[in-house]
Amino acid sequence: MSKIIKNLKQFSTSNDRFEGAHLLCPGCAHSIIVRELLNCTDDNLVIANATGCLEVCTAVYPHTSWDASWIHIGFENAATAASGAEAMYKTLKRKGRLKDPNKPVKFVAFGGDGATYDIGFQFLSGAVERGHDFTYICLDNEVYANTGGQRSSSTPRGASTTTTPAGRVSYGNKKYKKDMVAIMAAHGAPYVAQVAPNKWKDMVKKYQKALATKGPVYINAMSACTTEWKFPADKTIDISDMGTDSLVFPLYEIENGTKLTITYRPKNIVPVRDYLGVQGRFKHLFKKENEHVIEEMQKAVNEKWELLQRREEVGV
Amino acid sequence: MEYKGWDQVEAGAVLPSFSQKSCDVVNQKQEERNYADTNSYTASVSDWRVFKPVFNKDVCIDCQNCWVFCPDTAIVSRDKAMLGIDYDHCKGCGICAEVCPTNPKSLIMFFENEENEEVLSQWPEKKKKEK
Ligand SMILES: Cc1ncc(C[n+]2csc(CCOP(=O)(O)OP(=O)(O)O)c2C)c(N)n1
Ligand code: SF4
Ligand code: SF4
Ligand code: SF4
Ligand SMILES: [Mg+2]
Repeated sequence: MSKIIKNLKQFSTSNDRFEGAHLLCPGCAHSIIVRELLNCTDDNLVIANATGCLEVCTAVYPHTSWDASWIHIGFENAATAASGAEAMYKTLKRKGRLKDPNKPVKFVAFGGDGATYDIGFQFLSGAVERGHDFTYICLDNEVYANTGGQRSSSTPRGASTTTTPAGRVSYGNKKYKKDMVAIMAAHGAPYVAQVAPNKWKDMVKKYQKALATKGPVYINAMSACTTEWKFPADKTIDISDMGTDSLVFPLYEIENGTKLTITYRPKNIVPVRDYLGVQGRFKHLFKKENEHVIEEMQKAVNEKWELLQRREEVGV
Repeated sequence: MEYKGWDQVEAGAVLPSFSQKSCDVVNQKQEERNYADTNSYTASVSDWRVFKPVFNKDVCIDCQNCWVFCPDTAIVSRDKAMLGIDYDHCKGCGICAEVCPTNPKSLIMFFENEENEEVLSQWPEKKKKEK
């Protein structure tokens, strides 16, 4: 049973299940993404959380910020924890041992990009392949934020991180970001999508679709990180807007591995250069000798957008 | 509450969110809930703030932009109306003031030590559109 959310006023009557006085940085997008998930449904939730900023900052002894069942085991195994809980729930239901078998319960896992793209990758792949009924949400801030900003396979080209520092001999990270959405779609997952917190309506719609889907769902959520992307805390939504409007983070979904739909087309496409210019992690790219990286990034964004549009058109 | 030392905490800790076993949380407003003292709702991060948002109800159009984008569940909205800021949980990030669409803004950031009544009495006028 889906909660009906027609507009923001109505959405604001939701009773929050993610509490304040967690210890995430002021302006952290992780919590905006999480609040929108918890507020988009009235169903009971079982949440597994990988180690990372969200986990570390919302369960600092002796406090929890979660008004839903929540479990943390390790860095790599949020998908495994969620699949285990889901499998146990199904078994207890079959054996008639649930107190309230008709109350809908949804299984959700949260992991950072480090936990998802790198260290929990095989665990996530396994859980999706086994076909558990759960939604995995990656809080993609493109860096190992909680341990001080190391590069992950989600870090974009040109970003300066503590393990790919920009300087005299380097313009920062040399690799292009891994296309996790495509990889998860290739698993044949029934629903895969990319979301961003600034587009709250698109996000809520996709979350609701994800929770209603039977089987494994992967959602990649752009999560602007004021500390590691290096921008002022009040600019989180502005920068997310530039991320979606420059098409660095295009918003789309893929059903059953192939049916691709673009869900947001910016009226005015912002140059990638403008998106990079407001973040300290890309500051060095504006030096003359590094300008080529900006051009290469713009070219890569254009090609990806072209590909998405063609895939949507042809339905592959 | 009394805190345990690190060597007294058992592995596999469980932190209850509510003091009663069953809590119909989705149908209860925060002020109606029986929070356990292990819920971070009972804690405060107000000493994190350097700047604080001040809310001017007279200009607000209840659009709820501030509510949806606040990372700290610190905007108190009830029955579609924005009521104010929960200063125990607000960290002063300034997002709410950035996303507020009214002219003048209904949320403006001030230094933490300024008096709310005073800044409210000197609220800026409507700005003319720049050409
Ligand atoms: C197996 C294991 N390796 C390393 C760590 C240390 N560690 C804790 S959080 C973290 C970074 C998490 O990065 P990410 O998953 O991107 O989440 P973020 O903090 O950026 O939200 C690391 C490396 C750990 N806890 N467990
Ligand atoms: S370091 Fe980044 S992701 Fe971590 S809490 Fe701070 S803003 Fe959020
Ligand atoms: S300043 Fe930040 S934390 Fe405080 S109410 Fe505004 S958005 Fe929320
Ligand atoms: S964003 Fe501004 S106008 Fe909208 S509800 Fe908040 S204070 Fe009121
Ligand atoms: Mg990360």
